[in-house]
Amino acid sequence: MEVINEIRFSMPSLSVNEAAARAVVSAFMTQADPTVEELSDVRTAVSEAVTNAIVHGYRGTKGKVEMTVRLLSGREIYIRVKDCGCGIEDVEQAMEPLYTTAPEEERSGLGFSVMSSFMDRLSVRSKVGKGTTVTMRKRLAPHDD
Amino acid sequence: MGIDIRSENGAAIAVLSGEIDHHSAKKLRTELDRFIITMQPELMAMDFGSITFMDSSGVGLIMGRSKLLRECGGRLEIHNPQPYIRRVLKLSGLERIVRIK
Ligand SMILES: Nc1ncnc2c1ncn2[C@@H]1O[C@H](COP(=O)(O)OP(=O)(O)OP(=O)(O)O)[C@@H](O)[C@H]1O
Ligand SMILES: [Mg+2]
Repeated sequence: MEVINEIRFSMPSLSVNEAAARAVVSAFMTQADPTVEELSDVRTAVSEAVTNAIVHGYRGTKGKVEMTVRLLSGREIYIRVKDCGCGIEDVEQAMEPLYTTAPEEERSGLGFSVMSSFMDRLSVRSKVGKGTTVTMRKRLAPHDD
Repeated sequence: MGIDIRSENGAAIAVLSGEIDHHSAKKLRTELDRFIITMQPELMAMDFGSITFMDSSGVGLIMGRSKLLRECGGRLEIHNPQPYIRRVLKLSGLERIVRIK
């Protein structure tokens, strides 16, 4: 899979950066001329992953969230969100719909469900005490030109 | 992100605008809860017509307000969500708890 373009950035774990991350990804995707729906799918998935890094990974402590966004050949968008936070003990369980470790904070356990249903592929690698890396891909509809 | 709450004959309309995420939900929650607790409306409609983005943090916000309203003897409705926000609402199963118009 050929990488046509790539952008990397990192940001401190401040909740205000959830919107910033969405804005960067939206701007990057413009070159692929996505549909409104494709753009909103990717923005929502990115928001979920970045929010998880801030809310669960770092739990209010300071840390860095690193993002890589790529446009691959075949009109595929690749996104990686990495934190060096607390990590996830049981990834399979964490990915179950409605599973949350923070119900008292009004979290509903839907983040991973949103990521997997709005993107084509989702993979989560995590190590307790080391951090979590979420990788997602979505193929955009073919274009005429 | 903006919020404007009006009430008429026991029914309240909260007109929300902008993006709902974990960051903005905090302020919305504070304002909505203050209103619900002091006014105890029988019905609160959240107008989503001008909401341009919502992720699962919005689902938590809606569920929490719906619960608080029920405890105060009221109920919640969601009005005019854009199609892409409807998809998040659908995925969450919220339609079974909250009326969406
Ligand atoms: N980056 C992360 N670091 C540590 N734990 C995580 C991370 N991402 C997810 N988790 C764990 O996985 C659980 C499920 O995540 P998911 O996003 O599906 O739901 P949630 O964040 O709890 O709720 P919602 O996303 O609906 O607000 C979280 O409650 C948390 O325990
Ligand atoms: Mg989440």
